[in-house]
Amino acid sequence: MYAALWRVLPGPLWLRIVLVLVLLALVLLALSTWVFPWVDSIVNNQEVTVESP
Amino acid sequence: MSERVDLPPAAPTRRTLRDRRRPAQISVIGVFGELLLTAGVLVFAFLGWQLWWNDMVMAGQQSNAAAEISQTWIEDDLSSRDTAPEDAAAVVDFGEPLVGVAPAESETFAVLYVPRFGAVYNRSIAEGINNDVLNSSRSGIGHYPGTQMPGEVGNFAVAAHRSANGGGMHLINELQLGDAIYVQTADGYYTYRFRDLEYVAPTTVDVIAPVPHNADVTPVDRFITLTSCNPLLSTAERIIAYGVLESWQPTSAGPPPEVATVINAQAKG
Repeated sequence: MYAALWRVLPGPLWLRIVLVLVLLALVLLALSTWVFPWVDSIVNNQEVTVESP
Repeated sequence: MSERVDLPPAAPTRRTLRDRRRPAQISVIGVFGELLLTAGVLVFAFLGWQLWWNDMVMAGQQSNAAAEISQTWIEDDLSSRDTAPEDAAAVVDFGEPLVGVAPAESETFAVLYVPRFGAVYNRSIAEGINNDVLNSSRSGIGHYPGTQMPGEVGNFAVAAHRSANGGGMHLINELQLGDAIYVQTADGYYTYRFRDLEYVAPTTVDVIAPVPHNADVTPVDRFITLTSCNPLLSTAERIIAYGVLESWQPTSAGPPPEVATVINAQAKG
């Protein structure tokens, strides 16, 4: 999967490394903008209050 | 001599084989394995986002929101009076603290300042202890409905996250005897002094009683109770911080010196 991605990237080694870093940054941006807030809203179980059982 | 003849053909052969095998490398198991590794990395990325990045972003937003409402109260007070503020140093006792009316659900009605949590620490307090208050980028600290208001005889009880979502009470375990806990409302500034910490089970609801742990006793003191989770990153227990009201001053008298530091800093932006 990742090996295939590496092969389809064009250019010399340095360009491929730059492209990989750019893709990684885009993925992280998308995750923290849309995916992580959504995950946080469904897994949030950080109870900080005292409540009757 | 024979080695030199044998080795060169062997290397190209292996490379040619690998090249020919490449398309077949995208196997189901290979992709599955890579997906599992990716999932593992994503879990760590989420934790980093939740506990560090988003925590930091929300802390900033919550602090800005607190500064905003605090400025509104100060400006409203200034515009409601024609005369300049009286000299705060001249009047020491402002009498019985003013007690505001209980706000509507999710309404922001107070700002908390705790110098021990940071020289410019400020968070706004909204009514309610649901996630829409505790996880909000505009408040982060929730007031237990039914508990008393700032300055009122009884117990002003609030809750906040200790980590993530702005971590309003991240340093609650570092409070020391006599530490100031300031609460600002539209009416003025209430100075509480921290007394002690307590670690309780999550079901110990009488820590927010008008007299903590003595729900049947009629209160005479004015307490503040902060609750958060304990240990850090766990929900197994609750950490409780108690304070007692020391003094009160109206908005017109200006903020206590430590709060003035925060307010001056936020006025500059």
